Amino acid sequence: MTTAATDPLVRIRSMHFAFGPKVIYDGIDLDIVRGKITAILGPSGTGKTTLLRLIGGQWKPDAGTIEFDGINVHSLSRKPLFDLRKRMGLLFQSGALLTDLTVFENVAFPLREHTAFPESMIRDLVLMKLEAVGLRGAAKLYPSEISGGMARRVALARAIALEPDMIMYDEPFTGQDPISMGVLIRLIQGLNRSLNLTSVIVTHDVEDVMRIADYVYVLSGGKVLDHGTPAEVQQSKSDLVRQFLSGEADGPVSFHYKAARRYADDLMAGRE
Amino acid sequence: MNVLSPLFDSLRGLGRATLFLLTILAGIPAALLRPRLVFQQVYSVGVLSLIIIVVSGSFIGMVLALQGYRTLVNFGAASSLGVLVALSIVRELGPVVTALLFAGRAGSALAAEIGLMKATDQLSGMEMMAVDPIKRVIAPRFIAGIIAMPLLASIFAMMSIGVAGGHAVGVELLGVDAGSYWSQIHQAMHGADIRDMLIKATVFGLAISWIAVYQGYHAAPTSEGVSRATTSTVVVSSLAILALDFVLTAFMFH
Repeated sequence: MTTAATDPLVRIRSMHFAFGPKVIYDGIDLDIVRGKITAILGPSGTGKTTLLRLIGGQWKPDAGTIEFDGINVHSLSRKPLFDLRKRMGLLFQSGALLTDLTVFENVAFPLREHTAFPESMIRDLVLMKLEAVGLRGAAKLYPSEISGGMARRVALARAIALEPDMIMYDEPFTGQDPISMGVLIRLIQGLNRSLNLTSVIVTHDVEDVMRIADYVYVLSGGKVLDHGTPAEVQQSKSDLVRQFLSGEADGPVSFHYKAARRYADDLMAGRE
Repeated sequence: MNVLSPLFDSLRGLGRATLFLLTILAGIPAALLRPRLVFQQVYSVGVLSLIIIVVSGSFIGMVLALQGYRTLVNFGAASSLGVLVALSIVRELGPVVTALLFAGRAGSALAAEIGLMKATDQLSGMEMMAVDPIKRVIAPRFIAGIIAMPLLASIFAMMSIGVAGGHAVGVELLGVDAGSYWSQIHQAMHGADIRDMLIKATVFGLAISWIAVYQGYHAAPTSEGVSRATTSTVVVSSLAILALDFVLTAFMFH
């Protein structure tokens, strides 16, 4: 790779993306630094998951560029795009485990698809990955037999099976009890250090992610509202960012969804 | 314009389905390089459909023998019962009924499975793991359907003509002579009949697999979408089978 180690791994420049008339991104610039944990925060419905799919090349931006390690993701044809994807893992919110395969076979899946390793080596690798997420004992179970938190850990083991450069987590903390949440946070942090990974965490769970993130982006309304270290972002000049981080109902973002009529008019309208 | 829009919609759907078929065909060589994946699917669409095929084949053979005997015996032609059963089954009922059952049993399961894989992000998960779901998931299932249908139709025919179907009722129950039952079949049925049956079954298998994987792959990723995909697989396949059967029969008719 010709790019220097200090260059960001992912570089997004003036990227626009819309679903039909609904504008999701209105020209955002975003850098994901190598070896760090970058958190992308924002209210639900701001298209954070969309961002991960854009970086992974599943969707194409309407304008602007997304580079991964200096390569423009959307200029690639299918074959080199697939090669590039082997270097990034995406952890879906649901885990997206293959339900007809056991936990062991799920983690073995990318190895069997992309390598010609002998069976004994695949077995060793899978057991090592499962051990890293603490689920070696669950190797023989099917995805339907494990809890949601465990499924996410299995998906994590599968995502690191090919030893990617980067892992993207889509809402990893949603719907987790405090214990499995703690486990996941420690895992993400631990893996980032021990495997020298670059991590991207997309979430609206402010408190937990602020503890482990090295760098934070706050997105809303298709724009980057603010970015910086967690300490910097907490001192943000933007009212909206402060409202989001402290979780207050009133502020620039209104609790009420915009209605066509005033409340009183709406109630009276039913009497005619 | 509004009057024609359903027509345009269905034409657009047909176009999409054709493009999808071309994508699958391009993925077939890769799938054939991993025969284990195809065999697994032949097992799940073929072997698991065996019971319904065997049971239905037997009953249809038995009913045909009962009804045929009542007519033939008036003309003193009861010994031709075998021919009546065998030709009806091999030329028409075998491939058509097998295909209808196959659409209900395997086609719907295929569409539901693929639709659910899509709804639970398993297909995009694969894509993000740099695995092409067309090659890994769709193509093996498509090939399996084409392999399984002629085999199932043959088993259906065997069950309904011999074993437990027409033979059981005609020979064992109604007392038609076993020798004439079989020798008349032997004389009246030609290789071409069996060839045509296998052609029909293969074409039906292709149509059902194509419809099922298309419906599943393009299902809306919701529970409603999956249920709609399953239903339309059965409805569209059934209509396609009956229409194709007419076309094929017209071509095979001398």
